[in-house]
Amino acid sequence: MIDAAPPPLFPHRHLLGIRDLSPADIKSLLDRADAAVAISRRHEKKTSALRGRTQINLFYEASTRTQSSFELAGKRLGADVMNMSVASSSVKKGETLIDTAMTLNAMRPDILIIRHASAGAAALLAQKVGCSVVNAGDGTHEHPTQALLDALTIRRAKGRLAGLTVAICGDILHSRVARSNILLLNAMGAFVRVAAPSTLLPAGIRQMSVEVFPTMADALRGADVVMMLRLQRERMAGAFVPSVREYFRYFGLDAEKLKVAREDALVMHPGPMNRGVEIASEIADGPQSAIQEQVEMGVAVRMAVMEALLDPRRNPADGVAA
Amino acid sequence: MSVTVFQNARIVDPSRGLDEVGAILVEGKKIAAAGAAAHNQGTPEGAKVIDCGGKTIVPGLVDGRVFIGEPGAEHRETIASASRAAAAGGVTSLVMMPDTDPVIDDIALVEFVLRTARDTALVNVFPAAAITKGLEGREMTEFGLLREAGAVAFTDGRHSIANALVMRRALTYARDFGAVVAHETLDRDLGAGGVMNEGLFASWLGLPGMPREAETIPLERDLALARLTGGAYHAAKISTGLAAAAVARAKADGADVTAGVSINHLSLNENDVGEYRTFFKLSPPLRAEDDRLAMIEALRDGTIDIVVSSHDPQDVDTKRLPFADAADGAIGLETLLGAALRLHHNGDVPLIRLIEVLSTAPARLFGLPGGTLKPGAPADLAVLDLDEPWIVREADIRSRSKNTCFEGARLQGRVLRTLVAGRTVFEA
Repeated sequence: MIDAAPPPLFPHRHLLGIRDLSPADIKSLLDRADAAVAISRRHEKKTSALRGRTQINLFYEASTRTQSSFELAGKRLGADVMNMSVASSSVKKGETLIDTAMTLNAMRPDILIIRHASAGAAALLAQKVGCSVVNAGDGTHEHPTQALLDALTIRRAKGRLAGLTVAICGDILHSRVARSNILLLNAMGAFVRVAAPSTLLPAGIRQMSVEVFPTMADALRGADVVMMLRLQRERMAGAFVPSVREYFRYFGLDAEKLKVAREDALVMHPGPMNRGVEIASEIADGPQSAIQEQVEMGVAVRMAVMEALLDPRRNPADGVAA
Repeated sequence: MSVTVFQNARIVDPSRGLDEVGAILVEGKKIAAAGAAAHNQGTPEGAKVIDCGGKTIVPGLVDGRVFIGEPGAEHRETIASASRAAAAGGVTSLVMMPDTDPVIDDIALVEFVLRTARDTALVNVFPAAAITKGLEGREMTEFGLLREAGAVAFTDGRHSIANALVMRRALTYARDFGAVVAHETLDRDLGAGGVMNEGLFASWLGLPGMPREAETIPLERDLALARLTGGAYHAAKISTGLAAAAVARAKADGADVTAGVSINHLSLNENDVGEYRTFFKLSPPLRAEDDRLAMIEALRDGTIDIVVSSHDPQDVDTKRLPFADAADGAIGLETLLGAALRLHHNGDVPLIRLIEVLSTAPARLFGLPGGTLKPGAPADLAVLDLDEPWIVREADIRSRSKNTCFEGARLQGRVLRTLVAGRTVFEA
């Protein structure tokens, strides 16, 4: 991955959220990720960029997709990867987070990947450990690698991010993916629209530099990208929306609703999908769908992030806990 | 009887609308004279004379809302450690909340607190008893017996009573005993697990927001019940302009209603939460800046009657957690005065009004001795340097818990000496 002209030194030790990144930071990560895509498509996929480094995946929420993506990314970079799956039942919400972190820290890992149900958990961890921390999703706060992989997918399909119109549809209120994407897309000069039932919009959404639309038809008109969000099952039965069928009727993406978007509009979903709830199968599996591409880009983006954070040019003393 | 004269001081006594240069004569446990008059009386023979060098003397602060961990959570705070913090903060009397383990809902607990305070505390500790048994919001406690045992008010502390009928009966029954019912209102359903003020900032942090209406809807209910029953109702800790307006309307209607605000809600706003700083996780949550300004206005115009520290010690086990999982509350006894004096220094609230809401008014509200420098009153007072700057340092905190919102804050004005019943309990 490191060519003759090495990429600039990434100016952060942790990746906790898109909010901390400048447009230049984002661009450099996407450029690195582009190179990583090529590695993943080779016959020989293993590099030595992180040889001898230790990566721990600490997942307090089950996530096959994200965890395996980080695991594979680490392995392709040559790191030693350990998975700490914390069964959510055995850990009383958050209570042992710091203790677990301190224990892991004592094993001297180089990078910790954390997924946790509480917003701010990754930032808390980063204060307490001596290694780099990557936020793999903290509550409804941020999921920065998801936004980066979405951006990479869009950039590779459309050649750019600036000036594109991206419609984000569904459960914005509970979505860390939406927050990270709104931040990233705005930073890179895209126009962001959101569409959701009003019960699933966060307070202050209109001050988040997005255009809010009450219907999919308005939000999707002329859009370059349609990003669907997952609706959690427990939120469908009367608490936020009355029923699955009513939700799908107004906010599920089907061929009819997609018609008003640009003909070459890209359809995305962070997964896992609820087919027939937020997205119809014909669309998910259709020609405009970039959903499989997103998964591939996920590995590349995570390789890029970890390589950037663990750049050997960084002062090794930075990473030593007191 | 020992006699001490504090000479050459600025005497601020809101109970008599007095702000003048003079002296204070302390005889034994009581104040014999205070003000310019005392100065003119001269010094009795054998008296100890303390020259205050122009510093300010105020009646000791009366903190109407203090949470203490004894019994049940002594690792966070004991009555003794809270009293040391109080003395250092110029607080000579405090009203202790019933949120202990076991709960102060029985005369045995009231007696325990009074006995422990007598044996270990530097300042006056007045227990408030629970409105409902176990703070569960259902069955009333023995208001009469608790009052006789020494409970100065009734409150469910951190807990909010959801049932309107329970609240109606509590207000009605408390009236028979001349007792104040203090209530911190929160509609848990509407609050929906909110952990900070609802708005853009909470949305970006991904934290569930607490709408202002979760505070004001049950408050409006309580105010209606206060009108209905004629009971004495104290809105213990309001935080929004909407709440202040509701209280002002009830007062205008002649209801027996008072309101309190915590020093935190006068000093800080939601932006202070920053990057998930759990020491700033409070209930009600820190609000937007316009609400903070509304609190100051309500303090100035008399809608708000008292300012409290809402001292709430929490240990690392309850605070060093992800924000949503952390406990609410911050300590405040030692910073109450310094933080309040900011409002004096920046011209928001006149000094005499500040001392009134920190001392005279809460003493009157809860029927406590103190809050005044009148002759015959207990010699509970604080000598202050109104201008001395200082920085709040964790290492200097006397409270057993260190969860302050003011770590590193630059405050102006500090306590030089605190007297309780004529005895010096703190000296800088």
